[in-house]
Amino acid sequence: MQLSGAPRPAPARAGQLFTPFTRTLLALLVITVPALGGVLPEDRADVLWHDYDGGDITVSGPEVLVRKKVGDNLSLSAGYYEDMISSASIDVKLSASPYHEVRKQENAGFDFLHGKTTYSAGYIHSREPDYIADTTYYSVSQDMFGDLTTVTMGYRRGWDSIFRDIKTPDGVIENDPTFHERADHHGYSLSISQVLTRNLIANLNYELLTDQGYLANPYRKIRYLSPGMGMGFTLADQVYPNTRTSNAASVQLKYYLPWRAALTAQYRFYRDTWGVVANTTELDYTLPAWRHWIFEGSLRWYEQTHATFYSDLFPRADYQNFMARDRELAAFHTYTIGAGASYQFNVPYAPWINRSTANVRVDHLLVEYSDFRDALLAGEFGAGNEPLYKLNANIFQIFLSIWF
Amino acid sequence: MSIAKKLTRACSAALLLAALGGCAAPTPWVKPYEREHLADPIMSFNRDPVSSVYLEHVLETREGAHGATGAVGGGCGCN
Repeated sequence: MQLSGAPRPAPARAGQLFTPFTRTLLALLVITVPALGGVLPEDRADVLWHDYDGGDITVSGPEVLVRKKVGDNLSLSAGYYEDMISSASIDVKLSASPYHEVRKQENAGFDFLHGKTTYSAGYIHSREPDYIADTTYYSVSQDMFGDLTTVTMGYRRGWDSIFRDIKTPDGVIENDPTFHERADHHGYSLSISQVLTRNLIANLNYELLTDQGYLANPYRKIRYLSPGMGMGFTLADQVYPNTRTSNAASVQLKYYLPWRAALTAQYRFYRDTWGVVANTTELDYTLPAWRHWIFEGSLRWYEQTHATFYSDLFPRADYQNFMARDRELAAFHTYTIGAGASYQFNVPYAPWINRSTANVRVDHLLVEYSDFRDALLAGEFGAGNEPLYKLNANIFQIFLSIWF
Repeated sequence: MSIAKKLTRACSAALLLAALGGCAAPTPWVKPYEREHLADPIMSFNRDPVSSVYLEHVLETREGAHGATGAVGGGCGCN
């Protein structure tokens, strides 16, 4: 109820808001949009087991994803994912204790088709003993120009709650009651998928991401020089900026070769306000063989510069406002080589299953750091002179897929 | 005519042309009956989402860059 204050301005009549020219323009836009337009994803179910082993970390667990149409216009999806983590990584050995924990993630979403427009939305919930993350996403996709072009605009929003585990004198691990931080994320994306020729299709993606809140890892530490003390360095808490804005743009090209095989080339450029600039290049080759098999191979190369406030070894305590030693912010490059095989088979006594495949994929990841050293060897080589750290990891996936 | 009005007119005209361009969409240069290769499952950018989303999650937690992959993953404290 408005008791006092300035009188309300008289409501403008619709006709006074826009000039006749603008009204004509708006009318044309409204008429044009519905004339533009989609296909819902296929009904399918996937059950996957994943295993990661590298850098004294093993992560394995199941993943399930089911997608089903309801009527002609609606497709629902739901999934479950689990990470069973056992970690004694170099960071853990330096500044924390080896641990075992489980991360569980559930997701649900829908795609609604109206004409040639697809509206999608979903929700993802992830929880682990010291981290809870909720994410929602929304997108609108439009097929146009004889279905040669698909434009998709998306938005995602994330809310994270960050805790820190401590070990009580009784040996029980629980959340530190003095530590509870939050982080918020926003992402805005634009994608264009374009059929270029009868054998070539291109994808262009752009995404703007903003992060705000507690963005550091609460367990990891920086180290600074302390000549004559212990191993020659002292550990201290990381200090991160509370905001980060990232821009990423990518192009993907997929080409159908003169024989039945596909070649994919991808490139992504990334830059953020922390000074990280990254380039990702990937080549994939897919080859069907012997009627029931599909083989694929991939090569991926990634490089990044370090964040402006990153250092492997700071000269002294409180050297600058922001200080980090998270190796994800170091300068490094990675090589990933992968291969997979898919076998299509019929499931007996299940006529409702249209198609089914058994799949296996193996990737090897090599990370070579340019300014992240193995601090555990400081006693042998001296602080700042340790060998650069390298990470070798094997990533294994086995999964079954059915289309129904 | 003020500069603001000229600018408004120019932008409006550009929008109008874009809208009319949408009405008169170009004739598809790849006809539906020529899309046999494009319809082959091996031409899908994301043939097995369950696998590609997992692999992307593994790489993202070890690299500084993220985004512009066309997929949406949930947040986690995974490193």
